Formats: sequence, structure tokens, C-alpha cells
Amino acid sequence: MHDLSAAELAAGLRKGDFTSQELTRHFLDRIGRLDERLNSFITVTADQALAEAAAADRRLAAGEGGPLTGIPYAHKDIFCTDGVRTSCGSRMLDDFIAPYDATVTERLRAAGAVMLGKTNMDEFAMGSSNETSYYGPVRNPWDTDRVPGGSSGGSAAAVAAGLAPLATGTDTGGSIRQPAALCGITGIKPTYGRVSRWGMIAFASSLDQGGAMARSAEDCALLLQAMAGFDPRDSTSAERPVDDYLAALARPLEGLRVGLPREYFGEGLDPRMAGVVEAAVGVLEGLGAQRVEISLPNMELSVPTYYIVAPAECSSNLSRYDGVRFGYRCQDPVDLEDLYKRSRGEGFGAEVKRRIMIGTYALSAGYYDAYYLKAQQVRQLIVEDFRRAFESVDLVLGPTSPTPAFRLGEKVDDPVTMYLSDIYTIGVNLAGLPGMSVPAGFIDGLPAGVQLIGNYFDEARLLNVAHRYQQATDWHRRTPEGFA
Amino acid sequence: MEWEAVIGLEIHAQLATRSKIFSAASTAYGAPPNTQACAVDLGLPGVLPVLNAEAVRMAVKFGLATHSNIARRSVFARKNYFYPDLPKGYQISQYELPIVYDGWLDIELDEGETKRIGITRAHLEEDAGKSLHDAFEDMTGIDLNRAGTPLLEIVSEPDLRSAREAVAYMKKLHALVRYLEICDGNMQEGSFRCDANVSVRRRGEHRFGTRTEIKNVNSFRFVERAINYEIERQIDILESGGAVVQETRLYDSARDETRSMRTKEEANDYRYFPEPDLLPLVLDDAWIEEVGQTLPELPDAKKARFVDDYGLSPYDAGVLTATRELADYYEAVVAACGGTAKLAANWVMGELSGALNKAGLEIGASPVTAEALGGLLRRIEDNTISGKIAKQVFEAMWAGEGDADQIIDQRGLRQITDPAAIEAMIREVMEANPKQVEQYRAGQEKLFGFFVGQVMKASRGKANPAQVNAALKQLLAGD
Amino acid sequence: MGLKPSDVEGIAHLARLRIAPEDVPRYAQDLSSILAFVERLEAADTEGVTPLAHPLDMAQRLRPDEVTETDQRERFQAIAPRVEQGLYLVPKVIE
Repeated sequence: MHDLSAAELAAGLRKGDFTSQELTRHFLDRIGRLDERLNSFITVTADQALAEAAAADRRLAAGEGGPLTGIPYAHKDIFCTDGVRTSCGSRMLDDFIAPYDATVTERLRAAGAVMLGKTNMDEFAMGSSNETSYYGPVRNPWDTDRVPGGSSGGSAAAVAAGLAPLATGTDTGGSIRQPAALCGITGIKPTYGRVSRWGMIAFASSLDQGGAMARSAEDCALLLQAMAGFDPRDSTSAERPVDDYLAALARPLEGLRVGLPREYFGEGLDPRMAGVVEAAVGVLEGLGAQRVEISLPNMELSVPTYYIVAPAECSSNLSRYDGVRFGYRCQDPVDLEDLYKRSRGEGFGAEVKRRIMIGTYALSAGYYDAYYLKAQQVRQLIVEDFRRAFESVDLVLGPTSPTPAFRLGEKVDDPVTMYLSDIYTIGVNLAGLPGMSVPAGFIDGLPAGVQLIGNYFDEARLLNVAHRYQQATDWHRRTPEGFA
Repeated sequence: MEWEAVIGLEIHAQLATRSKIFSAASTAYGAPPNTQACAVDLGLPGVLPVLNAEAVRMAVKFGLATHSNIARRSVFARKNYFYPDLPKGYQISQYELPIVYDGWLDIELDEGETKRIGITRAHLEEDAGKSLHDAFEDMTGIDLNRAGTPLLEIVSEPDLRSAREAVAYMKKLHALVRYLEICDGNMQEGSFRCDANVSVRRRGEHRFGTRTEIKNVNSFRFVERAINYEIERQIDILESGGAVVQETRLYDSARDETRSMRTKEEANDYRYFPEPDLLPLVLDDAWIEEVGQTLPELPDAKKARFVDDYGLSPYDAGVLTATRELADYYEAVVAACGGTAKLAANWVMGELSGALNKAGLEIGASPVTAEALGGLLRRIEDNTISGKIAKQVFEAMWAGEGDADQIIDQRGLRQITDPAAIEAMIREVMEANPKQVEQYRAGQEKLFGFFVGQVMKASRGKANPAQVNAALKQLLAGD
Repeated sequence: MGLKPSDVEGIAHLARLRIAPEDVPRYAQDLSSILAFVERLEAADTEGVTPLAHPLDMAQRLRPDEVTETDQRERFQAIAPRVEQGLYLVPKVIE
């Protein structure tokens, strides 16, 4: 059953080929057998999943429910789940049983989706390799000596290994797209404001966005359809209707203008990766699309801009973890300052502390203008680059990551090198645009993805293009050896 | 050496919304600890703020009432610092672009002059919770019920030159926010708090001296005392050749002094930056105009009207318009008695205010309603009772014995106006005091008062004093 | 610009993070290399460019002034490290 798509599983449930309880048991069983090789789950909620599956079976038997009813999914451990530990990959929240549901959790619950558990992630979503998790690194199912990417590495690995047909993710600088690419699955980060951030633990508020991860664009469409929508509890939520993603999937691509930014194909890009992208463009041309050379001149500044903006926001967002109302508290603090400093010093890992300190520094008196304000100005330039590009193209296409999955530990001692693994994805977050990664080939047996970037709220088109591409290719159907 | 004080006030007025500025928890005062602190107020992981429309409307009302500019686009910012009653580790406030800026307020000085005090800005922000230091031996308890209560921080220009001016400004603001019904003004409960920035300089000097900030002074009296103390302290330092240290000081009302807050010596670095969880607050002209139409008559306009319409002195009009409740009460009395506005003013400012003060009651809690007081004044006007008897009746009304007419009837206090009855009483008094009659007639006219007293006593105060006077004069003259 | 160990200690204090003394040099090195990297921004010509705080060109939405939250103290304090009599406890704060 794990090699069926979510759409196929939904059909099977309705035909009575299997029940949601059988399906859920099947995936729980796979997690039990296979996940020790991957470490993709932090918490498996087996009992709750089976109860939800039983409820879904009743709904289905009554002829009720929607396309996700009874379908299992893996939930990134950044989304609050009422009554279930929500750790955000951090020691700080190791014993944090969320007292409320995130909007995304609530929507998926209402849709009848069955939560299998909470997936591993970089601590507070800060990382590109899943090595900063308090719960240990996730391994890439294509090569367990390699990273799955991050921060939604657990979700990506779980889907790639067939431990869940669908998974949620969040993307602040590439955290859905980069692990999707490195694990050979499909992932979409929608436009900023499309998916509610209520209950999604904040890393960098102006960049964070929840999204969907699955093997195919069609399954991503199914999941995103349920996640997206206006939420009055999130001031930055977009008050506009959600397109019918599934209905848009099959649209023809004739006349589609695909923009290839010169800056995405410069030095630093593995030539084999360039080959993968070139081949993907060829497939789209075969489907009626036309290529357009474009330029995003400020793109090289996106990573440094991001590493001011994101740490600045995170330094403030993470101040609430002070050992007073929830979360980790140090033993026997001698005074208030000791309580703060040790609770935070012991509760956060090294990367989180680095980013808090960079952000604190960038906002502090005397440095604000040089760092934070400057970064906000460059952010404006980056937005303008994209705006100009979308005057002449419908879609921007490039690599998702400069290289396929790297080895565990390979970049962990060099933060800047690690940061550069998000060089192609970060600009999209700074601009708030929707972006997607689609499996497009293999390099030395490791998956490689292409990135599609759409105009604001043009998720339907991204999913459409990815779906048509996937109808013409089978990269997304490949499964890693040992997880068949 | 002549010194001049330079004072600016920062007033924090809690806005009288039902729910908090960024959450749907109640702002009601006095609930058991942490029962009104919802997920947003606690800063739980994943929560987000959404702005309360009413808080915005109230801030705009304040801006319009103080001739301020209303920002068409204002921005919320985070002020970052660690303190246990600040749950998120930052306070959502406004920094570079406040909602209200560049306004003014006129205050009245003793000599009847007015002085214009500039209002630099007023911005929206969230209140912090409360730290309870005395509840436990070695621990501080944190109650976050107050966290997230909307505040309007009103910052004045350093235009105030004495503690008395500062208090006059503060009182004027206090009355204004209550007129506007945007703040209940309850200083005991912390709804209206004041921080004062104080410096001194030589008269004629244009530059400002080094200032200190006195935190959280919670009554008009203490503000006056704290500022006076601080002015003296700074002058002493400067005259003895020292230098004032820029610092935050606390006023200790028990000792009537300010003292330095013993916080670690580190410059606060609040790392303000735009709040990414909120978008710019954009207000359009039509909306602002709509809010403007809901403004009530403001104190200065009301005072002018009281002078014009009721013929009151500016002083009396000022007293009666000091609060909206008092002004409303006064106008209700005038309407109810149908008589002279001046009489009503005297009674409201005299007997009534005295009784309220003595009982420690606010006007709204007066046991004598405006209608009841009007009923009493009507009986003075129509000569049913004298002003003196009216005071007795008022006391009985205050004690809850009924309305004026009931008390007058029950106690038989109706004034004696029958000329025959008055004449009879006078004759009785004259017969009982032949010697005094003789002396009076011999020219000792100051005995007249003695006769008035005797007659009034004989009538148990009920004889109409004017009639008694007239008849006495006639009869004593001996016709 | 390179950060000295004393700079790291100052920043860590501002952020209320305890950094073990033996780790300070490493943080100084890492933070310095990150700062050197982000300083590439200096080269960008941003003359007259409006800073962008937010990717969406939207205005703040307002919420009606209604109380819909109920008392959930028990639930919220069940996950608190230390509470007594309904209060969150911290080491004595001296004002």
C-alpha cells in the first residue's frame, strides 16, 4: 500500500480495498521496522492514529469525508498538536505537551487525515541537514551516511522511505524544497500568507511558511488544498480564496514561459546538477513550454540578507523560552539571571545559539542600520528582481540545491558553507513567493531536484507544471533500495 | 542662583476595551492570578497577535481630542528585554511610526492663565503582567492577567516647568481620557500611571540638563511630591558642584523621596525592530472622520458653555467640568430644579461635594441623585423651605429618608409665610423681651439680630427669613 | 569585522545565554565568519531604497473587541516548570 499515491489510497478506501485502520497499521508497522535506520520520527502517535483511523472508517462508511479522510500523514514537529509533545527538535521543548492545535493541525484533523506522528527536524527549523536536532540527525534513505537536508528532513525522509504517503513541512529558507530535492520527493512552499502560521512554532516570522511534501505534485495538491486558507488568528494570513489545485493539475503547458535566471547557473553549481536542470527544461519544452533567459541580479545577496533577517527575527522570537511558563528550566537557579542564562544556554543547541547571537548583534544599538536596515533594503531589491522577472515569464526554474545530499558531518563545522546549501531557495522566502521542488534525476545514485518558482498565489500553476512534468517522467516514482 | 525645572511626562493609560490588545482574553481587573492569561498572553510557542479594533479607535479618539496628527500608516515594533512579567521577552509597542503625534493640550494655571503643553506622541502598546514579590519567601510570583492589556502611552514635550504644572497637565489628561471613555482613570488599579522626566537648568539656559526618570507614580499628590523632591535633589547636587546622573528613580511615598533603582548598571539596548507578526496599521480619512463624529463634548468646550449658558464664573465652570460625571450630574440637577443654575452650582460644589468627600464616594455613587437634589432646590426656589432648612433636608436625603417633599412633610419643615402667624410670633418675642425692645427703640439697632434669632428660634427655623426681617422692622419701629 | 571573546560575552548576556568559557573562542570564530560573510551586503547600492519588512503588501486586519477566551489556567500551568497558588515562580526579583 505504501507504493500507492495518496490519491490512489483515497480511491482504495472508498472502494473498500482496505480500511483506514489497515492502512494506518501498515504505515505504523513500517515506521516500527524501518525508522531506526532513518530517525525520521521524534514521536510516533500509534494509539491516537488508530483511533483517528477508526473514526475515519466510520465517516467513510457513512459516505462522508473528503479526499484526505483516512489517509495517514506525518506531521513536522513544529506544528502544535493538542496533547502531543511538540518539541521543535529542541531540548528546550522536550517535555512540551502543546495545549492547543495549530491551525494546520486542526484543518487536517477536520479533513479526517490520520496523524502517524511528529517528524524530526533541525532544532527550531534552523539547519539545512537535520543535524542540529536534539533528537539526533535524520538519515537519507538513498544513502544513510548522507543527510536528508533540512530543516524538514524527517518529513522528507519519511515520505521517501514510504513511512508516510504525505507529510507537512515548513520552509523559512528552503526547509521544504531542499530536503525534498535531497530525498527525491516533491515539496511545495506556498506564497507567504497562504497557510496559517497559528500554532506553527516561529523561527523567522516574515519568512516562515508551512507547506506540503509528498512523492507527487498531485499528492502535494491534495495536502496543500486542506492546509491552505485564510485564518483570522494570523494577521499575516491572506484573505483570499484558495484555488482548486486538483482541478488545475491537468492544464496544458502550451505557451508557458519558463524563466531561467542566469545567476542560478553560475559557479558553485555542480555541472551534473546543471545537466539535470537542462534535461527538465527539455521535458517542459516538449510539453509546449518555451524558455526565456532572465536575470535576477541581486540573487547573490540573498544568503547574506537572509542571515541578517532570519537571525534578527529568531533572536526575538526565541526570547520566550526563558524557563518560566513552559519548556526547559535549569536545575536550582541561584537568581533570575542564572535561571535565564542556564535554561537558555542548556536548552538550546549550538546553531540556535549562534543565530540568536547574530540576530541580537544585528539589532543592537549602533549596528542596526549597518546590518538589519541594510538587509531590509536589499530584500526590497530582491523582491523587485522577481517582480521584473514575472513581467516576462510565468515561472522561474532552476536547481533546488547546488549539490545532491552531502555526507553527515561534512559541513557541520562550517556554518557559512552550510548556509550556502540554500543559495537557490532563500530568495523565494525573502520575496514571499511560492516555490516547489520536483524530482528530476539522479547524480551518483542520489536524487536531484529542480525548483519551480511562481508568482504570488500562483500555487495552482506550480502544481500544474510539476504534475504535467511528472506525467512525462518517472523520477518521483523511484524508491530507495531497502525501503521498497 | 535661579533654577528652572524642565519636566516631561509619559502617561500610560490603560484603554477600556473588553478584550486585550492582541488577544481575546478579558481585561477585567481583579480576577484570580493567571485566569485571564490566554495562550497569546502567555506567549506560548506558535501563538500570534491580532490587533483589537477598539484599541485603535480609542487611540484615534485621543488623537483627535488633542489636536494631534493621526498617522495614516503606523507600525508596531518589538521592544526586546528580559523580565519575568514580560512573557514573550519583548513588548509589542510602536516606535518609529506611532499612531498619534504632534498634538497639544491647554492647562489652566493658578492665575487664570492657560499654557499650551505639547504632546509629542501617543502610541499603542501592550501592558506587562505583575510581579508579586511578597507572596513567597525566596521566590517572586508572576501573574499575567494584566499582560496584553492595551495601553496608550502619551508622551508630552518637556514643556512643564514645575510640579504644579505637571499635576495640572496630568489632571487635565486624566479628565480627558475619562470624558472620551477610553480609560477608567482608576489610579489605584494602575489604569492611569505616570513616569516623569525631570531635569533642572539655570534660568535663561536653553540646553536641557541631565534628566532622571521617576517611574510609576500612582497619584496626583505623589507626582507633585516626587517631582518637587527630585527638583530639590538635583539643585542640591548642582549647587554643591556635582553632576546629575542620568538614571531611573523610584518614588518612595512612605519616605517622600526618590531613590535610584538598583538595577545592574547596563545601558538598556531594546533592539527595536518592526514586529513581523503584525502588518502596518493603515487608517483612511473616512474611518478617522467617522471616529471623530463619536467624540463627546470635551472639557474645554463644556466649560465655555457652562460660563455662557449658566452664567457661571470660569472657576466654577472649571470645577464642575473637571470630570464628565460631575458635569453630567450638575446639568441633570439644573434640569430637575428648573431654577437658577448658580444655586445648583453652589449646592453641587458645596453640600454635595462635601458630603461625597467625607464619605469617600465618587459622584456616580452619590446616595442623592441629581433628580433628588433638583427636587430639593426646587423647594428653596419656591420658598417652601429656607436654605438653612434645606441643609437639614439634604442630610436626611443623604441618610436615605426619602425625597425632599417627603422629608419636608414628615418633619413639618414647610416654611411659615403666613404674615399673621409671623406677626404673632414677633409680638410674642417682643412681649417676652421688653427691655431689649426699649433699648432697640432707644437706638441700639444692633439688637435687631437678636430679635431675628429669637423669632427664628420660636418658629423652629421655619419662618421665612425675609418676611421676618420686614415685619420685625415694622413692629420694632413701634407703630 | 571580527568579534573578540569579550564581544561574544556581551552579546550572550544581552541574549541571556550562558556560554561556557571554553566555548567562547569557538563562538567568536563562528560568529566572526558569519559576520564577514553577511558584510557582502555593504557592496549593494541601496541608496534611496525603502526597507522591506514584510513580503506582503497588506495592511493590518482588526479584530472585534470581544472576549472569547475562557480560563485555561489549569491546562496551561500543567506544563509549567514551577507554579504555586496559580502564580508562575521565579527566583526572587529584587527591585
